[in-house]
Amino acid sequence: MPVPRFPVLLLKGQIMPYPVEQNEKFAAYAHPDRLVSTEWLAAAIEGGAVENGELIVVESDEDVLLYETGHIPGAVKIDWHTDLNDEVSRDYIDGAAFAGLAASKGISRDSTVVIYGDKSNWWAAYALWVFTLFGHRDVRLLDGGRDKWVAEGRELTKDKPAPAPGNYPVVERDDAPIRAFKDDVLAHLGRPLIDVRSPEEYTGQRTHMPAYPEEGALRGGHIPTAASIPWARAAAADGTFRSREELEAIYLGEAGLSEGDDVVAYCRIGERSSHTWFALKYLLGFETVRNYDGSWTEWGNAVRVPIVKGAERGSFPVAVRA
Amino acid sequence: MMTTQALPSALAAIVDDFQVLSEPERLQLLLEFSEGLPELPDRLRDHPELLEQVVECQSPLFLTIETEKNDAGPAGAVRLYFKAPAEAPTTRGFAGVLHEGLDGLSAGEILSVPDDMPELLGLTRAITPLRMRGMTAMLGRIKRKVAAASRAHA
Repeated sequence: MPVPRFPVLLLKGQIMPYPVEQNEKFAAYAHPDRLVSTEWLAAAIEGGAVENGELIVVESDEDVLLYETGHIPGAVKIDWHTDLNDEVSRDYIDGAAFAGLAASKGISRDSTVVIYGDKSNWWAAYALWVFTLFGHRDVRLLDGGRDKWVAEGRELTKDKPAPAPGNYPVVERDDAPIRAFKDDVLAHLGRPLIDVRSPEEYTGQRTHMPAYPEEGALRGGHIPTAASIPWARAAAADGTFRSREELEAIYLGEAGLSEGDDVVAYCRIGERSSHTWFALKYLLGFETVRNYDGSWTEWGNAVRVPIVKGAERGSFPVAVRA
Repeated sequence: MMTTQALPSALAAIVDDFQVLSEPERLQLLLEFSEGLPELPDRLRDHPELLEQVVECQSPLFLTIETEKNDAGPAGAVRLYFKAPAEAPTTRGFAGVLHEGLDGLSAGEILSVPDDMPELLGLTRAITPLRMRGMTAMLGRIKRKVAAASRAHA
């Protein structure tokens, strides 16, 4: 089989973005350049792109040990909990820490980064969202993630790469365009919200995992007017994103979003909603989509915020005290 | 802070092994325990309904216990059986720790293990709180089942 080669042009020390995959499924999406397929990645690896550092592959999983059991050849690991979260405050790492992390993984500011992970890319999408907080330009998801790669019998290795350090500047995190805080959500009420948790969490039947009341929230239910679209509905059985047409039926049809809407998505701690954020922003092309990472563990414990219980979305305005 | 003195000797040895390591080495050791978790015997593999799911674990984890018949007295050895998918190495790893540390001990020895023993492994920074609670829940479920079995035999 001929191995495709993708030359990288060096202009004034800048790495040019790696070529974008062209296929019919991706072409229907608003930003086809945000996805790559397993076939495409396998061919790029075979062509030496990862070995040469032209393409950086990152695995980001829910399970902190999964990468070590075997990963895509040349892939580096970024752990959401130990690498991306601040250790003390409930926040993400700052620009200096991100620059250090990226450089240690061989990532430069202009690098093309492909992220994949377990559970239909749930954590990979979260990592991609954090990369986007720092304005990393070219960061893509492997459609179908780790499970699809494994299901197709593609190569895995336990060899850990030792990448040459990248060159990453300290970039101030820019939260506002894609991250909503609690006050932003209060100000947003009246505009569309997507709740991506399970139906039981949405209705308020469950506020926590069984037998662990301290893990959950003091109140159950959802933010008034939020539509319930569990995150995994954006994924097909093989973990790939559903087609544009199917996504439109879910988010425009069922959830009732309209083109140009300003949308906030949330879940329990903001990881599952990153997956929905990715689908809305890059696959359906909503310009203004924010992920409320405080999510239900903040809202369901906050004092005097409005909550709706049950399957109905509920209405706004309700009595909100500033 | 409790010490390993309160633990059965096999479990104390495991905890000591973890404690002398750096954090990345501890994760590597946990991975080795996940690889060392024994397969279920056929009689249980063919009857998954005999195992109970520990729902607090983020990944599917099923377990059961059996008490070996011991004609000489009431203190039969307790055998532990776990099932967890290969895609859940952290969950498997902790099951492996409990298997190596507790399998074959008496009910009394297992019941004496402090409930917060998982925290002694030095993984609370590297592993999320939710997952640590899953580990604690696994130990708690074993102890509840052992206590119930002891009462039934008493």
